Amino acid sequence: MTDAAIHLENLTISYGDTAVVHDVTFDVAEGESFALVGESGSGKSTILKAISGLAPDWTGSIAVEGKPRGHSPDRTFAETCQMVFQDPYGSLHPRKTIDTCLAEPLAIHGIGGRDGRVKDMLAAVGLDQRFRFRFPHQLSGGQRQRVAIARALMLEPRVLLLDEPTSALDVSVQAEILNLLKKLRREQGLTYLMVTHNLPVVSFLCDRLAVMRYGRVVEIAGVDALKSGQLSDPYSRELYAASGGILHPA
Amino acid sequence: MSAPLLEVDGLTVTFPTARGPVDVVKGISFTLGRERLGIVGESGSGKSMTGRSILRLIRKPGKVTARRMTFDGMDLLGRSERQMRDLRGARISMVMQDPKFSLNPVMTVGEQIAEALVTHKKLPRRELKERVLAMLEAVRINDPARVAGLYPHEVSGGMGQRIMIAMMLIPEPDLLIADEPTSALDVSVQAQVLDIIDDLVTGKGMGLILISHDLNLVSRYCDRILVMNSGEIVEQCKASDLHNAQHPYTRGLIAAMPRMNEDRDELPVLDRSTWTTGAGT
Repeated sequence: MTDAAIHLENLTISYGDTAVVHDVTFDVAEGESFALVGESGSGKSTILKAISGLAPDWTGSIAVEGKPRGHSPDRTFAETCQMVFQDPYGSLHPRKTIDTCLAEPLAIHGIGGRDGRVKDMLAAVGLDQRFRFRFPHQLSGGQRQRVAIARALMLEPRVLLLDEPTSALDVSVQAEILNLLKKLRREQGLTYLMVTHNLPVVSFLCDRLAVMRYGRVVEIAGVDALKSGQLSDPYSRELYAASGGILHPA
Repeated sequence: MSAPLLEVDGLTVTFPTARGPVDVVKGISFTLGRERLGIVGESGSGKSMTGRSILRLIRKPGKVTARRMTFDGMDLLGRSERQMRDLRGARISMVMQDPKFSLNPVMTVGEQIAEALVTHKKLPRRELKERVLAMLEAVRINDPARVAGLYPHEVSGGMGQRIMIAMMLIPEPDLLIADEPTSALDVSVQAQVLDIIDDLVTGKGMGLILISHDLNLVSRYCDRILVMNSGEIVEQCKASDLHNAQHPYTRGLIAAMPRMNEDRDELPVLDRSTWTTGAGT
């Protein structure tokens, strides 16, 4: 076993009889930020779901922080790996205050000092303390996404799975959230596995990327190849051109 | 550009709230010829409301007022609801954001496109069918005969959006308002859909209003750009001059976007205090 933060080997994920991800193998190193890009239906979000336990019908192997992941819900796993979802309007409980929402993972895991931890976490994600006893509908989209990130970080996980964390937000708010994610990674040494279809976001936040199509990884490249437009797979190049990049010969 | 196709002067859209009426569009003015105009802004900037008010699609209790709003010489505000209906679709049409919610789920694609045409013009059935298939082909759908028989849930998002475009363009309108036509689509499909809109619009010499929050996209597909912020037009410029934008809001939006070749360590964030007159709601 390597010392990779996330290790996927021959991972095949199915919904019922249909396999949607085929034989995916890659490692994400400790402290690395890795992106999965591709169009809808390419299976990128499904990989995150399998890792977090939301898509339990898989074969192959998944290991996070050196520990293999089983198929059933796993409480200790939640302490090392957490997920942030795409839509901050749908991922927060509408009838729970921000305080309840953030304290809940602590209560489940029997961790004390909740009051202080919630306060610290709000400060860490750049939210004023006055938001603590508000409900999600009283917050803007960007503020809600901050809460969602704070909730994911409450258990101090080492690995964060990010499923299109900024695609529901305006560009100016997206910039704030991207800066926040970058800052948190620098301060806490987190490992990110991020799903997105926005290549410039990858360029800003990630070290490496995997391009997916029809449930398979077609190319894994460093972010430098993306920045200089030197992706080699024809499909990756198509995606790159569609995002407004200028191609250079590979 | 000779006589403008659309003239808007002092357009205001007001909604009543518990704390008194709020102007979501605050007296904006612009003209449009047979050209491609982009309206950009963030959520809540009033860009969609502007698009909708041209078609008088703002529901009560919202209120639209303007000193003057004319389309091809006709006064839009003075027209009755019935007269507006003759205009909608036939002369001005609108492509909405999400095909999932905008297509009728219990009608086949072909029937829906035909309906858009028949509403304004009586045609023999055979010719109608030919027009529908030709239109589907124009939006680059392979095997149009098969697709015409499908229901909306049987087609993909990109295809659904192309069907919407087909439906909106089949009566050959003079002005197309596209409100975030591609934000529900993948990047690779986005470019295809916009290319189709662009081809059809320039080919037929129509006017286009492209409403979007994506500055890059608008600057690629439009001739002129209006930047809106909290109900006002803060900047007007040619698409090619966008990088020379003057207003701090526009500059902030451009800077906040990550680039493909990103080397900044931190993205600049809009400092909202420098130009907003009052905080948004």
